Amino acid sequence: MSSYDVIVIGAGHNGLTNAAFLAKAGLRVLVVEKNDYVGGATVSRELHDGWKYSNCSYVCSLFRPEIYNALDLGRHGLQVIPLVSSMTFKQDGDYFGSYSDPNIRRHELLRHSRRDADAAIRFDADVMRWCRLIRGFLLRTPPDPGSFKPRDIFEFAYLLKKFYELSESQIYEFVRFFTMSIAEYLENYFENETILAHYSGGSIIGTGLGVYSPGTAYVLLHHAMGDVDGNVGSWGFSRGGMGAVSGALASSFRSLSGEIRTDAEVAKIIVAGNKATGVQLASGEKLFAKTIVSNLDAKRTFTKVMDEKDLPPKLVERARNFKIRGSSGKLNIALDGMPTFSALPKDSPLTLGHMHFTDTLQRLEKAYDDWKDDCWSADPYVDLLIPSQYDPTLAPPGKHMMSVFVQYCPVEPEGGWSESKRDQFGQTVIDQIAEYSPDFKDLLLHAEVRTPRELESEVGLTEGNIFQGELTFDQLLFNRPFPGYAQYRGPVRGMYMCGSSTHPGGGVMGAPGANAAREILRDLRKPDTTPEEFSDD
Amino acid sequence: MIFEHTHFRQALQLSPFHERIAALSKTENWTSWNTYKVPRVLDKLSTEYFAIRSGTAVMDLTPMEKYRISGGDAQEYLDRLVARDISNLRPGRVTYIVWCNDDGKLIDDGTLFQLGDNDYRICAQHHQLDWLLMSAAGFDVQVELETDNVAALAVQGPTSYSVLSEAGIAGLEHLKPFGIHDLHCGDIPVTVSRTGFTGDLGYEVWMQPSDALAVWDAIFAVQGRYDVHAMGLDALEMVRIEAGFIMPGFDFNTAESTVRDGYDRSPYEVGLGWVVNLDKGHFTGRKALQLEKTQPGKRRLTKIVVDGNKPVGEAFIYNGKNGKQVGEIRCTTWSPILKANLALADIDLVNGKLPSDLWARFDYQRELKWRTAWAACRAQAKPFYNPEHRSATPPARF
Repeated sequence: MSSYDVIVIGAGHNGLTNAAFLAKAGLRVLVVEKNDYVGGATVSRELHDGWKYSNCSYVCSLFRPEIYNALDLGRHGLQVIPLVSSMTFKQDGDYFGSYSDPNIRRHELLRHSRRDADAAIRFDADVMRWCRLIRGFLLRTPPDPGSFKPRDIFEFAYLLKKFYELSESQIYEFVRFFTMSIAEYLENYFENETILAHYSGGSIIGTGLGVYSPGTAYVLLHHAMGDVDGNVGSWGFSRGGMGAVSGALASSFRSLSGEIRTDAEVAKIIVAGNKATGVQLASGEKLFAKTIVSNLDAKRTFTKVMDEKDLPPKLVERARNFKIRGSSGKLNIALDGMPTFSALPKDSPLTLGHMHFTDTLQRLEKAYDDWKDDCWSADPYVDLLIPSQYDPTLAPPGKHMMSVFVQYCPVEPEGGWSESKRDQFGQTVIDQIAEYSPDFKDLLLHAEVRTPRELESEVGLTEGNIFQGELTFDQLLFNRPFPGYAQYRGPVRGMYMCGSSTHPGGGVMGAPGANAAREILRDLRKPDTTPEEFSDD
Repeated sequence: MIFEHTHFRQALQLSPFHERIAALSKTENWTSWNTYKVPRVLDKLSTEYFAIRSGTAVMDLTPMEKYRISGGDAQEYLDRLVARDISNLRPGRVTYIVWCNDDGKLIDDGTLFQLGDNDYRICAQHHQLDWLLMSAAGFDVQVELETDNVAALAVQGPTSYSVLSEAGIAGLEHLKPFGIHDLHCGDIPVTVSRTGFTGDLGYEVWMQPSDALAVWDAIFAVQGRYDVHAMGLDALEMVRIEAGFIMPGFDFNTAESTVRDGYDRSPYEVGLGWVVNLDKGHFTGRKALQLEKTQPGKRRLTKIVVDGNKPVGEAFIYNGKNGKQVGEIRCTTWSPILKANLALADIDLVNGKLPSDLWARFDYQRELKWRTAWAACRAQAKPFYNPEHRSATPPARF
């Protein structure tokens, strides 16, 4: 009864991206999704009447413009509006703002440190250099360094060539960048503690590491290499919330004759004779196809939906030990009006961008210490946004929607999560915001509080890790998710991976989905429908 | 200046002269220079250009980055920082300098003013505090950003000596090129240096920001007897190319903010070898520059005259018409006084020598229609325009 060429498990943004490129090549593709809505962690849901929340992921920066273009997502309803600023409130009543206008940005840096205002130029150039290097690898399959296949040798040569376009001293710097902590890295540039804290924040978002943990400098890059219309480092809102991204992908996929079944949880990938032949749904129904693609994280894929007996023991071991720790929480809040912030002048544009409340590296590290002890941070780092200021679809006129990403939140506090513990966690965050916004609590109509537990149970991300696996050097490039499995092919024939557990990793990027499609089409000897990287050189 | 929390309301800051400049701006054609609001053109470009070449033009220099260097090791520090031998510099004198990173690549060029014993000012195009402080490790030296604390005017042109004298600044007759005098404008203390970026006779007048408007008014009070015009950046661009002066960030990338490897330049590559002294003892970048000196040069920023009168704009340079591409134009202007297309071009050398048959290929538009032109280029070593009256002391009186 098999009438599909490919079944993709999970309608996350990577699953949909993967499916769309396969459908574009003329394959019959079915996407099966356990929830009754598509998107995975790229969703907008109405949990309070009249308000739309981007429940999980909340900004769009890394999504590849090549994919956007190739799948015609603009005509399928996607709009990404660049964010104009970011800021950090100080405990002394002042604040540091990073404005998009270069003149204003410089004046604000000068207000805090004259030297840092000039060092920011060197910092920007250095980060841009690494971004340019990394971006060249996003839409490429990582080479297997141990392989002598012509394609691996070519890809490895490409990697080396990119590397050797750097000068000798830049190569040293690059290695340092990959191995340093963000705090130590930034201290090579800045002296002002608020500026240091402000620019460190991006490095801990989604990661079970602290600002002084080696490897966090790279995470900064992972967030900074995004761009909106060529503005590198700029993040954006997708109009309609993040659900608009998956909505446009689903619409594009359907226009290519793709099929999506929701409420269809996969219990098992069926393997016969070392070959994947289909999936068995939780309902017991079996669906067959020659190619099975998993958008689930690597740990879930290999320890839950595949039978460990069908797998090489070493892979099972790798999957069990895959570093995929939950460390983030989120509050989505419906507001009766626009809150005011005591430190900001009434017409300040800084409410339009990212807002943070942690003004020293010490406070950031302390927040991490709490998480290591399986507690949520008593003084958490938050990334607060009020996208309804731009986006008329999120809240009724004059009302607002606030998205509060929280670092850190444990996978399992001592004694496990309960409703009351979850509320206490939410209250900690609400209290922190209220310290800087006197009318905030009065405006609060509804709040959805999400811990790693909700992220795992609703979306299916193991431990609620937003990246489908830590972005540390041991789990990047040809080691993502595991050595020997970085080219999207699973351990049995006809089985592939396309989630953020694969290169180039997490963030709403679409690149893993597109890269996996390229490999599948290659194996099926179909024309490659995936786009080549846009190059600015 | 300490910025208030409300600085976001105005992207560009206003110089102490802004009130007067704004009153003269008919075009409202503003741009940002080091975050200050400055005019590109106030009224008519040709009027401003000929004010520099025939009368007197006045330009607000306040936005130029200014750093005060002082302390017991100030001279030693500067000697280590810059590529030029500055041991002959004395209080009351100015010299042109470049400084490099460890790889011998240009960070910036600028002027070094010796204001007193171990008391100096560096004027630079780019933001340099980060580099100047990094270089200060181990020296007894203070480096202070004083851009906003010092107001300055460039007063340039053949009649500038007469205009400033008439405006009440006495004692300019003894001021030689690259000299500095502490003088008065009426009863306002001003420092006057005989420096400029126009290649003409000219002065730079330095003062307290609170005295800015009074000095401006004193200078413009001579209007009627002398032709005095405020000028914008567009006229400056024309005359600085005529004078063969280069502009960091436009003619070369400043090294510490260059992203792509090989896109920065050494002083030799931009024709500034004459301010590099490899024999003076150690300075930052010396080792790399010494090595570079032993090898044939790779490229050279070259002054070229492009034949014809078509607007050159952006162009590639070729060795021979339809030949191999060997370079590109960095900046260009039509010179009204020479009736020629002048340009600075970054050109690859062949065995250390400039290719002999240079051509520019460029596109230009006539009534919306694009055309392609080939024009022969003639390289020259000397400034395109360097009038004798520029260096006479005392200057001619009008």
